[in-house]
Amino acid sequence: MTERGSIIYLEGVTVDYDGFKALNCLNFIVNYNELRVVIGPNGAGKTTLLDVICGKTKPAEGRVIFGRDVDLLPLREHEIVQLGIGRKFQAPSIYNNLTVWENLDLSLKRESKGVVATLLGKSSAAERDRIGRTLDTIGLGDCARQRAGSLSHGQKQWLEIGMVILQDPQLIMVDEPVAGMTDKETEQTGLLLQSLAEKHAIIVIEHDMAFVRQIARTVTVLHEGAVICEGPVDKVQADPKVQEIYLGHRKQKNAHAAAG
Amino acid sequence: MNEPRNNAQSTQGGEGLLFWLAGLVLLVGLPVLNVLPDPESWVHVSDFTLNRFGKFLCFGILALGLDLIWGYTGILSLGHGVFFGLGAYAIGMHLMLTIGTESVYGSALPDFMVWNQVKELPLFWKPFYSFGVALAGAVLVPTLFAFMFGFLAFRSRIKGVYFAIITQALALCAWLVFNRNETNLGGTNGLTDFKQLLGFRLSEPGTQRALYILTVLCLGAAYVVCRRIIRSRAGRVLVAVRDSEQRVLFSGYSPANYKLFVFVVSAALAGLAGALYVPQVGIITPAQIGVLPSLEMVIWVAVGGRGTLVGAALGAVGVNWARSVLTNYFPELWPFFLGGLFIAVVLLFPDGLVGLFARMKEKWVASGLGTRKSLPASEAGGQEAQ
Repeated sequence: MTERGSIIYLEGVTVDYDGFKALNCLNFIVNYNELRVVIGPNGAGKTTLLDVICGKTKPAEGRVIFGRDVDLLPLREHEIVQLGIGRKFQAPSIYNNLTVWENLDLSLKRESKGVVATLLGKSSAAERDRIGRTLDTIGLGDCARQRAGSLSHGQKQWLEIGMVILQDPQLIMVDEPVAGMTDKETEQTGLLLQSLAEKHAIIVIEHDMAFVRQIARTVTVLHEGAVICEGPVDKVQADPKVQEIYLGHRKQKNAHAAAG
Repeated sequence: MNEPRNNAQSTQGGEGLLFWLAGLVLLVGLPVLNVLPDPESWVHVSDFTLNRFGKFLCFGILALGLDLIWGYTGILSLGHGVFFGLGAYAIGMHLMLTIGTESVYGSALPDFMVWNQVKELPLFWKPFYSFGVALAGAVLVPTLFAFMFGFLAFRSRIKGVYFAIITQALALCAWLVFNRNETNLGGTNGLTDFKQLLGFRLSEPGTQRALYILTVLCLGAAYVVCRRIIRSRAGRVLVAVRDSEQRVLFSGYSPANYKLFVFVVSAALAGLAGALYVPQVGIITPAQIGVLPSLEMVIWVAVGGRGTLVGAALGAVGVNWARSVLTNYFPELWPFFLGGLFIAVVLLFPDGLVGLFARMKEKWVASGLGTRKSLPASEAGGQEAQ
């Protein structure tokens, strides 16, 4: 594989937590306009992978390249965000005490997000328009004035996705978006992500296999900090190594349960 | 699509009215009642009372800053007494120098230096001959100090209880340093026995009245500045830092810079409060800047209502007023009262007095007596009474 055409390129990345290798010499590439789903058992390193890309965790070894040649490793989190990498967290992380509108307004990509600029800044008509359209995209058009803390769990997840969209990212990373959602909400979330995939590259981490089948084109399976298998959903599910990981995991769990 | 106005903005009218009303009473009402009526009359406000209120209002200025950082941004500082002290000592040093040979020992040096057998004025005292330097120093020294301390603390991502502890340690350190005679700031006795400010005798009621009016004006200005900050987008970033710092970071903001900004602003306000406090109270000692006073400041804000500027100022004035009344009658009961008040706030009215009023109003409206339709519960407490 070549570096050309990839939006994010990880090579030989190792994250070491006191001897436990959360990522073990991982190679991982996502291309422009791709919707990639990452699955794997607990502790496989999925969330750590996102942490490394967004700068929250710095790897002990390896390279992380954004776009053609931007090295992400020396950058701080908010600088990586400004380059165009947005992340939605597993638990909804929104501003409970601000209105839905204010949540989106703060997330909107702006020239400067320094203290002085935000002290003096007023939002322009174009910006308000964009926030309005995003509200419709995420289906919260009627809740603009509501305090974000009073939204339902599913609505909070969508709000956070909306906040990420407004940052104008080229790459969106979404960590378990449908955990705790109803079936209907799950389906709507799938549609939302698919419509976003038309303009953005997206990495989704998910456990819910039904949801994975709904949205996935290419699936990457992580295990013990490395890529085990990569390809279309059917191929991945048929892969004996993948089956072994999941089944082996289950066996272990049963063994633990029996022992306990 | 128009930006929807949230509840906080729609109550602006009521709050504005309160602001002007309080301003009128404090700025015109009290001084006029101090000057005009017959001293025997029941409406007369004595010089002592006016002076006492001047002191409370200084604390109000400090409480506004503390509310910015604690109430809005969610960072608990237990060291604001230090910034207050730096401002107070800066002006205090100037006032010491203007005593000149009127002092007890008749020396040009401050009395405590004669007492400690310091023969020559220490170098760092010399700039404080100038009132301008002292005044600028009263605000700039705490500002700079907060900048350096905050820069290191917030860069290192010290937060929550760790920040509270480290600021408390700071208060303790400051108290120890200011207590030492070798620091040449008057040791345990602090700075006192001031005579004049810019040629005006501090013992004159007129001077004290002017200082009182100046304090009211400063409090008003501080309130307007804080309010503008809160109403700006930066103000919403501060609330956002409190709600989800992680999201702020991953929305392209640097939370450390915002925290530093609000820490520095609150330190500057504390310094200003200290500068106004000293000439009105006439003494500043290390006991007023250490761990305990810093904790009390937090209680003022909690009692008044965190996250509401009016509440913070109200809490500062209210608690100190209660203190001066209660210590008159039952001096030994005050610490118990203060502790009880804090427990009551935590258990019974976590949104402080302002939150309590808001809830009572809500009940009143809901009971059908009010003419307006009740707001949805989620909004009624809303922005102002978080």
